[in-house]
Amino acid sequence: MTYTKLASASALVLAATTLSTKANADDLTLCWAAWDPANALVELSKEFESQSGHTMNFEFVPWPNFADRMLNELNSGGKLCDLLIGDSQWIGGGAENGHYVKLNDFFDAEGISMDDFAPATVYAYSTWPKGTPNYYALPAMGDANGWFYRKDWFADPEIQAAYKEATGQDLREPQSQKELLQIAQFFQGREIDGKTVYGAAIFTERGSEGITMGVTGALYPWGFKYENTPGSYDMEGAVNSPEAVEALEFYKEFYETATPPGYTNSYMGESLDAFKSGQVAMAMNWFAFFPGLYADPNTGGDKIDFFVNPPQNQPGSTLGGQGISVVSYSDKQDAALEYIKWFAQPEVQAKWWELGGYSAHNSVLEDPGFVDSQPFAGDFLEAMAGVQDFWQEPAYAELLLAMQKRIHDYVVADQGTAQEALDLLIEDWTEVFEDEGKL
Amino acid sequence: MSDRTIDRVAQATPVRVARKIRGLSDRAIAWIFIAPTIFLLLAINIFPLIWTIQLSFTNYKANRIGREIKDVGFRNYERILTDSDTWLNMQATAHFLFWTIFFQVLIGFTLAWLINKKFKGNDLWTTIIVLPMMLSPAVVGNFWKFLYQPQIGLFNYIISWFTGKEPSSFEMLGSVKLAPWSIVIVDTWMWTPFVMLICLAGLRSIPDYIYEAAEIDRASKLRQFFTITIPMVLPFLMLAVLFRGIENFKMFDLVVQLTGGGPGSTTELTSINLKREAFEKWRTGYASAYAIILFVTVFGLASIYVKALNKVKQR
Repeated sequence: MTYTKLASASALVLAATTLSTKANADDLTLCWAAWDPANALVELSKEFESQSGHTMNFEFVPWPNFADRMLNELNSGGKLCDLLIGDSQWIGGGAENGHYVKLNDFFDAEGISMDDFAPATVYAYSTWPKGTPNYYALPAMGDANGWFYRKDWFADPEIQAAYKEATGQDLREPQSQKELLQIAQFFQGREIDGKTVYGAAIFTERGSEGITMGVTGALYPWGFKYENTPGSYDMEGAVNSPEAVEALEFYKEFYETATPPGYTNSYMGESLDAFKSGQVAMAMNWFAFFPGLYADPNTGGDKIDFFVNPPQNQPGSTLGGQGISVVSYSDKQDAALEYIKWFAQPEVQAKWWELGGYSAHNSVLEDPGFVDSQPFAGDFLEAMAGVQDFWQEPAYAELLLAMQKRIHDYVVADQGTAQEALDLLIEDWTEVFEDEGKL
Repeated sequence: MSDRTIDRVAQATPVRVARKIRGLSDRAIAWIFIAPTIFLLLAINIFPLIWTIQLSFTNYKANRIGREIKDVGFRNYERILTDSDTWLNMQATAHFLFWTIFFQVLIGFTLAWLINKKFKGNDLWTTIIVLPMMLSPAVVGNFWKFLYQPQIGLFNYIISWFTGKEPSSFEMLGSVKLAPWSIVIVDTWMWTPFVMLICLAGLRSIPDYIYEAAEIDRASKLRQFFTITIPMVLPFLMLAVLFRGIENFKMFDLVVQLTGGGPGSTTELTSINLKREAFEKWRTGYASAYAIILFVTVFGLASIYVKALNKVKQR
């Protein structure tokens, strides 16, 4: 009899718990770009579903349409996304236009400290105005533009000897931008295994952000600055400095002398294709793709290795990566915040890195075993120490498209000089900041 | 409908409604019928047009909801018309427009003339020729991108076979000189069948007795072609030019897929630039002014053209 009563009571409690969970359970939609780390996040989020009772749905948009699609969604006050892993450059617009929920009170209440995350990622992905303790996102995916190369070709004694003969130097991972170009030019048009190969795949895409993300990989190491004084919008002499002009000329020379034919409008996908099809000795791309590249059965494993964007006058890498934000138009903000609280836990962050996501949590990055955990982990840490990002202003899209045009006009379409391209860029940007009332 | 049914419907009409309708004039009843269409036209076409005109005098940005909207007068128009990039886009559009129409009319008319000759397999060839225009522009753009690929593209190999040049020695989509022609080639490939069909309709509308009379008068084939065929097909040809002209003035999808407007801004047609201004940069006021300028241009040119077309028809 007692046993029956106990069983009935347990059943009731269980039923009540289930009912209460069901009553509070939400269908959350997380929006992000469609790429390798997104698949890892789907896997990771299963744990959140089982713990919270919420259901996770995902809206992944291919990169070339990601900004268009998501910014339209935000601008129209759409309720599609409860959580958005938006590009770092969107943070200004997200904050000022009221698209993102400010997270300071939530972080304070839940004991989430931004000191637990890598400072560069907090600065780039979370804060607006820049550097102030106003947080609109939690660093979700650290990323930077890096390089990978055919380790097997670099290790080939015949190729090494040919390189030594041609340049008088040893073939190795490039230690400077100029050495990078020299190696790429050496491989350009070379016959390897009976096939003509080329130097390197670089970003030249015109429509979205490609060529800007590529060229800044040269501009930053040369010492390019957006403003003479941060926050002053004083660009004359910074954007078109002699170093910037030299870097832009370098990128054009790289494009003309060391890339495969037809790569006039190429970005992430084309870079991966060029490398995986054995066309190029080296390629630039985001660290986010490196786990997939390393796992590739044809060109991964022993055949591939990675290096950080080489320095020139200084170290410098183009920042990628994103923070995760709660969309202010969502009706399920509580559940969305619950997801962020869960995601910020060190053990979840450790699993995130294991699955192929790039955690920005110090507990992961400072772990003694981190550097050896993946062949590109050390390079990732080095890159994140020297990252620079594009403007993160609310008008970033206008600023970005102006740069896309001026750089593509000069590098790919061969119009004008580097000096003229950068002078015109300053004119465009000045007009934007005047419209914004900042100049 | 039988009389009995009509009677039944008339009887079923409520007396009050019937009395009201009986009191209306024919003109009033006509207005009642066309009112929904007029309302829809006003809501979908006229209202947005008026709103666009209004926005074109402001600094409005659709992605900045809380931002103060300022009246900027004609500043947007002034900036557009004095911007050298605008004129480069116009030049690119004019180049695309002129050459696509030229080739489509030339090849389309020739094909129609050949197809109009009675021969075996006539219908099959007509079907094969019209296939390209049945494809989606996005699909066409994508596969021509592969055809133009310098390393693996069939197009480059064919040209190389004729010229002896290395296939990878030239880039149709990446070269400033060749890219404007590459989009002309694809659009011509896709839309020539459309012009051909219109011309074919024109050719088939010419009564045989006119040619028979010309034969009796001993007019040569060449003379028949220039004095009968061309004048009688001309209104159809002009209509085809009008359709293709309007379509290509707003060309977007095909070119975006092929070149994205590049290299640089070489193939950035006005519609591509307008989309960038409106939905990527979100300069709504500026983009509205741009749209109005384009609208006035197309409307003006189309009006002049339609007048010319009517004159040709009246001849």
